[in-house]
Amino acid sequence: MKSSVITFPGSNCDRDMDVALKKFGFKNKMVWHNDAELPKSDLVVLPGGFSYGDYLRCGSMASKSKIMKSVINFANSGGMVMGICNGFQILVETGLVPGVLLRNKYLEFICKNVFVKINNKKNTYFKNIDNEVLEFHIAHNEGNYFCTKDQLKEIEDNEQIAINYCDKTGKTEEQFNPNGSIKNIAGIFNKKKNILGMMPHPERMIDSSLSGEDGSIFFNNLINNLK
Amino acid sequence: MKISVIITLKKDVLDPQGKVIHQALDGMGFADINEVRQGKYFEIDIKYNDPKKAKEKVEEMCQKLLANLVIENYKIIDAQ
Repeated sequence: MKSSVITFPGSNCDRDMDVALKKFGFKNKMVWHNDAELPKSDLVVLPGGFSYGDYLRCGSMASKSKIMKSVINFANSGGMVMGICNGFQILVETGLVPGVLLRNKYLEFICKNVFVKINNKKNTYFKNIDNEVLEFHIAHNEGNYFCTKDQLKEIEDNEQIAINYCDKTGKTEEQFNPNGSIKNIAGIFNKKKNILGMMPHPERMIDSSLSGEDGSIFFNNLINNLK
Repeated sequence: MKISVIITLKKDVLDPQGKVIHQALDGMGFADINEVRQGKYFEIDIKYNDPKKAKEKVEEMCQKLLANLVIENYKIIDAQ
């Protein structure tokens, strides 16, 4: 399986993602934002970081960069595109997934482990995962998911909510919402479920001696589903 | 010519920064504030002399980049 990780000026989780993808069997290529063509890929990842210094709005400048035209074409033709953290912010700015990510409700940068409940397993990303709840890491200042009432209805009707913040037993109550996101939303799909944007970082949970193994569950499952 | 644009958050979008600024002003003794909303201001020097054409171009810029229309409104406030 071939993957591509896009590096924007200011990306800082691109190499972690490279390590994670390779660990679970992907042949990964790093792609510079100023390139025009995407290498042949089964999965394209927009990594975390602070692309373009978060100027204007997080992800807004990166969403207009040269490589994104190819990424948008790839996504619109059904290609698998995953945006993590700043990558999620870039995805919402392209309009590939609905909504926006606002400043965290209590104006603090949040860096901690969280639990997320898998809300929809009928897709290539989460199909065949036995767990209902995964422990991932979040590190962001703008992860407060917001959309209009009409958009929310559409997202819910189309089962586009991927994961919600919860406690370790899977309760998705407001007290387990770290950043003020509507309905505790931590990640969403596009309508076809080939595009996933999420704030948590699975690539930070692939080594038991450093963090945890729930990211390993995610990547192992993902590559098996893609085969 | 120079075109000035302001970008404001839509009414029902939470503005935590505006809230904190409100609280700070309140603490400084400005007790008669109902609400503070924070926005953005752009001054764009554009290579057109026709105000109509210049405004049209800047409006396109607002729609495509300067504002995110899910949460923000834009308004051209000045052209000179």
